[in-house]
Amino acid sequence: MKSAVTLIAATTVHQAVRRKLVLMAAVACGGFLLLYGLAFAAAMANANNVINAASRLIQREAASSFMLLGLYAADLLTATIAILAASDTISGEIASGAMQTLASKPVARWQIFLGKWVGFVLLLTALLAVLQGGVMLIAWGFTGYSAPNVASGLGLLWLEMVVLVTITLLWGTRLSTLANGVLSLGLFGLAFLGGWIEQLGAVTQHVRVVQIGIVASLIMPSEARWRRAAFDMRSPLSAAVNFGPFTWASVPSGLMVVYAAAYAALALMLGLRSFATRDL
Amino acid sequence: MTSELAVETHTLRKLYGRKLAVSDCTLAVRRGEAFGLLGPNGAGKSTCVKMLLGLVRPTAGTGQLLGEPLGAVAARRRVGFLPEHFHFQDWLSGTELLHLHGRLLGMEAGRLRQRVPELLERVELGRQGRKPIREYSKGMQQRVGLAQALLQEPDIVFLDEPTSGLDPLGRMLVRDLIAEQRQRGATVFLNSHLLGEVEVSCDRVAFVKAGRVLETRDLRAPEAVTVVNVRARSVPRDGWGRLGIQGRRQDDASASDPAKGGDPPEAWRFELPRPELLPELLRLLVDAGAEVFEYTPRRDSLEETFLRVVGHEGDGQ
Ligand SMILES: Nc1ncnc2c1ncn2[C@@H]1O[C@H](COP(=O)(O)OP(=O)(O)OP(=O)(O)O)[C@@H](O)[C@H]1O
Ligand SMILES: [Mg+2]
Repeated sequence: MKSAVTLIAATTVHQAVRRKLVLMAAVACGGFLLLYGLAFAAAMANANNVINAASRLIQREAASSFMLLGLYAADLLTATIAILAASDTISGEIASGAMQTLASKPVARWQIFLGKWVGFVLLLTALLAVLQGGVMLIAWGFTGYSAPNVASGLGLLWLEMVVLVTITLLWGTRLSTLANGVLSLGLFGLAFLGGWIEQLGAVTQHVRVVQIGIVASLIMPSEARWRRAAFDMRSPLSAAVNFGPFTWASVPSGLMVVYAAAYAALALMLGLRSFATRDL
Repeated sequence: MTSELAVETHTLRKLYGRKLAVSDCTLAVRRGEAFGLLGPNGAGKSTCVKMLLGLVRPTAGTGQLLGEPLGAVAARRRVGFLPEHFHFQDWLSGTELLHLHGRLLGMEAGRLRQRVPELLERVELGRQGRKPIREYSKGMQQRVGLAQALLQEPDIVFLDEPTSGLDPLGRMLVRDLIAEQRQRGATVFLNSHLLGEVEVSCDRVAFVKAGRVLETRDLRAPEAVTVVNVRARSVPRDGWGRLGIQGRRQDDASASDPAKGGDPPEAWRFELPRPELLPELLRLLVDAGAEVFEYTPRRDSLEETFLRVVGHEGDGQ
């Protein structure tokens, strides 16, 4: 019965299209990329007549920072859209009763949950590709600059988004749409704040502060993905001197990546279980 | 075991947290019969059905649906269900919705292309099938819901208050649809508050009160004749009690006016525990000197049974 999962995933995507979720996300992305492109063009406007090597180096750094800034903002946008879109899907259908007609069909509960999960991951992968890919393309188009480790960087951002979607779907099996949205956004905010706390602690060399930040990242390992991605994709110069607006004083280790993947897998399993055992 | 019964449950129980929704649901529904579940609001009818369909997990008790344990996915392939408060993927059109649900049931595309328009026609939606469901009226949604419950010609159809929101024509449609299901040999499980509807459609009914199935009644059995209406003069005031018969005068005793010459016959209503007592009651009345003008045995109406079983002893909860 693998086809039931595929069918529900396809329905989830279909629903997002019909309910104009995709259209609105496209409008948001279009606006974002347009603004970003205009700003990028303005920033690079008088860079063309710079010839000497030193200024070219500076220009490269500017392009790199500007690109990371774009990726950072795009990351916030993706995360918010992921949470908003996923928070209604299960809880909303349970509340409206639509789930009763689905779950009384010969499909197992886990198939419904997994189908929804696959559908949302597909949708948000597309969103991520458009937004982050768009930012990189703009940077490359204006300056010819391309960041190192693009694939692994994007992979990390993708993992961040998967963690968020999975957690949001998990809460959706037990909470109302609104409560779920508030909780998931709250957790995302916690991880966000935790990331900055960890940075601050590292810069000021307060071990206790760093630890608090790490605990936040363990509770919700979303923001940590971004920092690792930014670390991997920073320019060679900022890597050498270890300084820049998006050069992190404290970079999540590779272990943290494994932790986040395990975290998402566990959340998925808990979600399957929680949905399978609840009354509809 | 799979042969005779479509539904079989033993002391199913459901607690929502600390709230007892169903305390004892013990049912046996034969294959091919139309079975009604009756009871006041909040008695636990919908919860019973949801436990049968695996939507709600029983706290205790066991049961089988079409020979499979409750909650088994396989049995649901042959089940149709119209929930009480339902809501569909309303961004789909009626046609798309039926296709989606048909595919979830494992039906083939070719079969669906033929079955869906046929069903839409049958529930009198016809061309409305192309409209999105969000633009449907309540009754139109109910009709799509019915079509959805009958898609794969299921072996058993659960209808939880199928006529709510329907106009009189729609109610007749439901009645006809139920009759059609029975003709093709399917089992029908009906929850309804409309006793007239249940009386027409069902073979047997069970009464539920405060989460307990109290009594099952066969509506087709002739021995359900237990009430007799009598019009007679000089009815004795007692004597039937020893037979286990209850008698009550229906009209106002003070209305009889001897001055008008000749009492009008009194109206009495007797309830007999067994129909075999009918001749004995008549003999008893005549021997006691009653002049009997009318002696009409009739079935205890479903409404009366409902009131007797469900109405009296305490309130609904
Ligand atoms: N999800 C739930 N959580 C808590 N209590 C519930 C829940 N669903 C039902 N109940 C309670 O269980 C009892 C039985 O409800 P149920 O819906 O089965 O009754 P019903 O017989 O179908 O009533 P009606 O005729 O009004 O449809 C009610 O007291 C109701 O308040
Ligand atoms: Mg009900």
